[in-house]
Amino acid sequence: MGPELRSWKEPHRLVLIGIGIGIILLAAVTMRWDWLPRYSWRLVEGVGTTLWLLFLTSVMGFMLAVPLGIAQAAGPWWLAGPARAFCTVIRGTPLLLQLWLLYYGLGSLFAQYPEIRDSWAWPYLRSAWPYGVLALTLSFAGYEGEVMRGAFAGVPKGELEAGRAYGMSPWTSFRRIWLPRAIHRALPTLAGETVLQLKATPLVATITVVDVYAIISRVRQDTYLTYEPLLLLALIYMMLTGVLVMAFRWLEAKVPVKGG
Amino acid sequence: MSSPQPGAETGDYQTPPAVQVADLHKTFGDLEVLKGVSLTAKTGDVVAIIGGSGSGKSTMLRCINMLELPTQGAISIKGETIDMKSDGRGGLQPANAGQLRRIRTRLAMVFQSFNLWQHMTVMGNIIEAPVQVMGVPRDEAIARAEKLLDRVGLSDKRDVYPAFLSGGQQQRAAIARALAVEPEVMLFDEPTSALDPELVGEVLAVIADLAREGRTMLLVTHEMKFAREVANHVVFLAGGVIEEEGPPDVVYSAPKSERLQKFLATVQ
Repeated sequence: MGPELRSWKEPHRLVLIGIGIGIILLAAVTMRWDWLPRYSWRLVEGVGTTLWLLFLTSVMGFMLAVPLGIAQAAGPWWLAGPARAFCTVIRGTPLLLQLWLLYYGLGSLFAQYPEIRDSWAWPYLRSAWPYGVLALTLSFAGYEGEVMRGAFAGVPKGELEAGRAYGMSPWTSFRRIWLPRAIHRALPTLAGETVLQLKATPLVATITVVDVYAIISRVRQDTYLTYEPLLLLALIYMMLTGVLVMAFRWLEAKVPVKGG
Repeated sequence: MSSPQPGAETGDYQTPPAVQVADLHKTFGDLEVLKGVSLTAKTGDVVAIIGGSGSGKSTMLRCINMLELPTQGAISIKGETIDMKSDGRGGLQPANAGQLRRIRTRLAMVFQSFNLWQHMTVMGNIIEAPVQVMGVPRDEAIARAEKLLDRVGLSDKRDVYPAFLSGGQQQRAAIARALAVEPEVMLFDEPTSALDPELVGEVLAVIADLAREGRTMLLVTHEMKFAREVANHVVFLAGGVIEEEGPPDVVYSAPKSERLQKFLATVQ
């Protein structure tokens, strides 16, 4: 059944939508939201930071994942080995640990060298943002590298052979057939992983990056409220997830491949 | 085009054979699949290659455009010999990647399992090699592709993805893709073996049509009756050697070798 057949007007969906609106109305009437106008602009900025972090780390992580995947799927042992080791280490350790190792470990290591402290790069190396971006990028690359390995390996050999038979160079064949076919195969998994990446972003609040989670924490400290800010945070993440899922669905529908 | 090379010319000096295969050997591990096969196809020839499974007929065809690397032997297309060098492990490998790519664009292959690019529409599949490999302007490639689609009877499927076509339609699209590179030689590797019986006819009709217009074709097939109708030369491969060859009427009506007699008796 195609997505176009699943209308929101089906009875059970209408009931769910009704329940959802009811909960929101109940929350709006019975809970305290007077703090909202004061923080609204900072919340928008926080969402912006979260989305920018997600976008940047997913795109850069994916660009790393492509060579990681191809090295494992088709590379010589001296490329496949390190790529596999990287993916195993990243996937085998908590992201929070990787983040702290980079920020508190690497960051404090840099601080010991006056040459680095005096250099033009120090204002950047001193702030938390680059470490957050690096940790999330490497994490995404590790997980996606594994996904892309499977996707590259799963592209039917016959299609690559047809490319060779029609005179394609290895690069043309990679650019025109192997990579687009692999990405298309990986899209459903990629959608899920990107949603997971979104929900991993609040970890950067632990190293002082001010994302939407950090703003909500600030609200809780200032107002001593617990439920209201956290419920709002949940709603924000759910809406962002919804947008991501729809965007990936649209991408997947662009090239219909049966059992591809 | 390079000048005719030593060993490549036979017969007529002006027109070297479209395809010449000399003393081709191919070994997979311990198994010698081809044990010295030589074959010549003149321009306009339709050569049918028949034989039982495991006789090496597909391997031979795939060696011609180097999808399989021969262990020993030489291949020339229109008098140009494909440069090969030793791979250091007792086999051969292409010595000049650019030359091989250029020669491959003059040979178009139609595969048993179609091998259409699934992420492209039928039109995308047909214009891919002309645009990306041969540098034909996109508009021109599309205009030509439309004529080809008309010819194979798929004009209404130009924007459809291969997964939504029947096997017969996919194979006809693959034949249009092959014609789009304006090949000098077409290689058919069991083009109807993966098709449901009721779809075989539509594909054979397109191939017969191509044979009639004088295209040079090498056709590996199990369709004995069809091979007899379209080919002007039949090659019977058995156990990695050419057991018998000749005009179809002679090969079919008066098989000399015992193996061919047995083979014809089992398939007819």
